[in-house]
Amino acid sequence: MINIPNLTKRELLSYFFSPLAYVIMTVFLLVIGFFFYAALSESSNSQVMKEVLGLMAFITLIISPMITMRLVAEEKKSGTIEMLMTAPVTDFEVICSKFLAALVFYVFLILPTLAYVVLLLVWGNPDIGSLLTGYLGLILLAGVFLSIGLFVSTLSTNQIVAAVVTFVILILGWLLGYLSASFPSFLKEVAAYAGFIEHLFNFTKGLIDSRDIIYYLSLIVFFLFLSIRGLEIRRWK
Amino acid sequence: MIEVSHLTKQFAGVKAVDDISFNVQPGEILGFLGPNGAGKTTTMRILACFMPPTTGQATVGGHDVVTRSLTVRRMLGYLPENVPLYPEMRVNEYLKFRAKLKRVPTSERAGRISQVLDQCGLNDVRSKIIGHLSKGYRQRVGLAEAIISNPKLLILDEPTIGLDPNQIRQVRALIKQLGQERTIILSTHILPEVEMICNRVIIINQGRIAAMDTIDGLARTAQSQAKINVEIRGPGAEIQRTFENIPGVKNVSREEKNKINMFLIETEDGRDIREAIYQSAVKNKWVLLEMKRTSATLEDLFVKVTARE
Repeated sequence: MINIPNLTKRELLSYFFSPLAYVIMTVFLLVIGFFFYAALSESSNSQVMKEVLGLMAFITLIISPMITMRLVAEEKKSGTIEMLMTAPVTDFEVICSKFLAALVFYVFLILPTLAYVVLLLVWGNPDIGSLLTGYLGLILLAGVFLSIGLFVSTLSTNQIVAAVVTFVILILGWLLGYLSASFPSFLKEVAAYAGFIEHLFNFTKGLIDSRDIIYYLSLIVFFLFLSIRGLEIRRWK
Repeated sequence: MIEVSHLTKQFAGVKAVDDISFNVQPGEILGFLGPNGAGKTTTMRILACFMPPTTGQATVGGHDVVTRSLTVRRMLGYLPENVPLYPEMRVNEYLKFRAKLKRVPTSERAGRISQVLDQCGLNDVRSKIIGHLSKGYRQRVGLAEAIISNPKLLILDEPTIGLDPNQIRQVRALIKQLGQERTIILSTHILPEVEMICNRVIIINQGRIAAMDTIDGLARTAQSQAKINVEIRGPGAEIQRTFENIPGVKNVSREEKNKINMFLIETEDGRDIREAIYQSAVKNKWVLLEMKRTSATLEDLFVKVTARE
């Protein structure tokens, strides 16, 4: 545990040193900004952030693979993994730091969207409670996406491959909720529960249901566990 | 310090390291010598706990590299081949990061960093970005990183590769100096380097140990393979027969150019038979133009040992 702050710091630094980070941030804020404008002109203002959060979730799905693709794949490609894993650090510390760095970077990314919240507070009448739970849900959802991306990144030395595979997995998980209606009856509820998006809607409605939190947290823990295993693959190759 | 017994590492059906065993005493500088792909890097990676062996065992300071990996990793400094570094970091930033990772106490950290910067001649580039450095500097950053925690054991994979002659000299001097109080394993395919730095050499070929001896021992072995070059004018076939009958001669090969015979004579245990050659030349009135004893170098030995299979 002792190495996690140090490792996370280095990981975060390398995010902000790479041009990709700024591209991601710019695109993210542009799209969200435009959508906020569009939502503002159409919805009643208590609904605006709910819609914006829903879109942010979708954009998160698109950018998560870009955030996570380099985490392990790049170290494997450049060989720095050899320096990293021969230092006295555990696999657990390495994976946790990488995940934390990705999550902190994500939080940093959505931070500017709080400006919209401020705008609504000044000129509108938003429901603060559902906004807070909405952001909480979004961060949990991002945690799931990032842990999946991290896992895929441990399996590949090619960043692009890691990004594409992650994207496919995320899309499937996203669609699972929508497609559940057409599943046979005994699978319907399972599919609806397993899909990523159903759970987010509760959060944006202002509902904190322990089932949703457990769903997201267990997925994160599961994929972090798989990532540690993925990192170990080199040992039995 | 290090005990390796029956170590084998298999990659997808290929045996990179095949049943090797050796020991390293504390304070020794051991050189790993071998052609490319001989298994040097794999052996070092196993010792540095980067990958476990397929079978066999290796211990560092009495700790197994698989089951007590963290303890072993805390004891060693490792410089991998090609020196992978984070290109976006600054030199002192990187060293600070690694010093923390290797648990150099906070109170000593700054002191250690400036000491290794000094030792490795990195003071000019301490706040430069690693990605902008030349190969030579990056190599030295790697070396500085390896010694930052003052480890008892240093594992250096090709520490002088890619350096210019001046830098090579500096790095060799540094390694020798470091070796005064540490155990060092280094791999190289530069033979004079081994003669200069190491106390003991292991020559690896195709995953197996082809030779293992002290530098002096190897020199003696090499000496025993000394050959004698003779240039002589006279009846070639007859001369060859005479030479072959000198006691101790193992093999005589002849080449003729412009009526001058050139002989290459191998003797048992490198026996010096120049006198006998001179005597027989005088007796038979052959004209002895040149005679030279060439002692085999470590290089000849290396070629011989690694080309056997």
